[in-house]
Amino acid sequence: MIEYSQMMNPAVLEIPPSGIRRFFDIANEMEDVISLSIGEPDFVTPWHVRQEGIRSLEDGKTWYSPNRGFSELRVEISKCLQRHCSLTYDPDQQVLVTVGGSEAIDLCFRTLLAPGDEVLVPQPSFVCYVPLTRMAGGVPVVIETKAENKFRLTPEEIEEKITPRTKLLVLPFPNNPTGAVMRREDLEAVAKVVKKHNLLVLSDEIYSALTYGDQLHVSFASIEDMAERTIVVNGFSKAFAMTGWRLGYAVGPKEIIAQMTKLHQYGIMSAPTTAQYAAIEAMRNGDSDIQYMRSQYDMRRRLIVDGFNKMGLTCFEPEGAFYVFPCIRSTGLSSEDFCEQLIYNEHVAVVPGPAFGACGEGFVRVSYSYSIRHITEALHRIEHFLEELRA
Amino acid sequence: MNTLLELLQDNARLSCEQLAVMLGTTQEEVQKQIDEYEKKGVIRGYHTLINWEKADANRASALIELRVTPKRNSGFDEIADKIMQFEEVESVYLMSGGFDLAVRVNAPTMQDIALFVARRLATLESVLSTATHFILTRYKDGGVVLDPEDERDERRNMICD
Repeated sequence: MIEYSQMMNPAVLEIPPSGIRRFFDIANEMEDVISLSIGEPDFVTPWHVRQEGIRSLEDGKTWYSPNRGFSELRVEISKCLQRHCSLTYDPDQQVLVTVGGSEAIDLCFRTLLAPGDEVLVPQPSFVCYVPLTRMAGGVPVVIETKAENKFRLTPEEIEEKITPRTKLLVLPFPNNPTGAVMRREDLEAVAKVVKKHNLLVLSDEIYSALTYGDQLHVSFASIEDMAERTIVVNGFSKAFAMTGWRLGYAVGPKEIIAQMTKLHQYGIMSAPTTAQYAAIEAMRNGDSDIQYMRSQYDMRRRLIVDGFNKMGLTCFEPEGAFYVFPCIRSTGLSSEDFCEQLIYNEHVAVVPGPAFGACGEGFVRVSYSYSIRHITEALHRIEHFLEELRA
Repeated sequence: MNTLLELLQDNARLSCEQLAVMLGTTQEEVQKQIDEYEKKGVIRGYHTLINWEKADANRASALIELRVTPKRNSGFDEIADKIMQFEEVESVYLMSGGFDLAVRVNAPTMQDIALFVARRLATLESVLSTATHFILTRYKDGGVVLDPEDERDERRNMICD
């Protein structure tokens, strides 16, 4: 009899399960469930992009790509960052194509962190930063962003958590799950602290193409003196509805990218070849697809924010990504109870805020990556749920 | 304001209030636009898309190609006008290519359609020939996939382990 738990890495065993699988197990067993819980675009990858993937297969392009990705793709990534974010990166030395943004995040932690180095992780945020920091030998230090600050990160909040071991700050904006966006002035304020304490920054800008209103996305690396301290992670999943292709990238100082490439080449070898051919087309001719999808998300965003506010669940207006993060405290329920009762009583699935960090308590994440018909029906059911609660 | 038309084309039951929120304008402005579109004939109706196969109703449909002789002064308009009058006719299009008019016809049975073509359409003065194609299954109509099973959301939750 093998005692498996004795045979595995305790650090892995200690990573807690996310605790929301229960909801999805319930949801999966129900007929007629309306879900607003999914974190990927409902659009299919634009046809011309899929076609380039298919064409590469027809042409028999089925071999590995160079470790850091096809040079054609790296050139397009570099041009795209210049065009949209005024960032200048040398495609030969400063761009690494990865298996999704997630791989880039993991590589970044493993490349930068020495044992005991502290990583500042603002929450609520995507679930991967804390476990990946731990697995890289680092120590995650959570910063709780607040609804009254529109879930933006303030320099004071950073200063409070800085110790001599602080090495890296994660900047997860536009934010999943809150939809918060950092404006230029917010980033400039953060940059001062970063410089003062000699920090590095992992700026996860995977939702950069999805910001709403007049404000376009501002990359942290475009703030004065920050490019030399920042690894920008981005990818194709959210912007071009290419989640299943698994393609992302990291750009940054060439010294750091070179070391990340080393890890990438041993762990992964190279990102998927077919996906890279499709991605070249996406970057060359996909700007109008992004425009279209963004305008669709924007209409849904307005509809859903208005819906929640009218129901009395105050909803801070998200400026990016495709989530809203309404406060459910007025119901007197915990996030988890709210979600559980909502799914049992009305067959609507949303994600409890604490899935994205303890400070998400009192909130739920609602995705609007769904058709308008679907959203309207879900809002209707949630309204009915609240009426029953109050009765 | 083409977005308004697109939204209505997709779902005519959205309220002015919902439309206004989505478009970032006022309810009054949306109502005004819709009135104008109706007046100008841009919006010609608000239909329900029905999958008759599921409604258990007797109903057959056919696409009929017509070759016709155009009139000297009125071209194809006169014959199209005549064909439009039949209540069995759902749509009439003037086409480029191998034939002139495409007519979509609905009737309770295929036999009814066959009779309609033989007795009413083929006998019209300027009709040269007809070719009747029965519609066997409608997979997608009016931009909508008719069987909801084909539209199942296959996305999954990635944060639940």
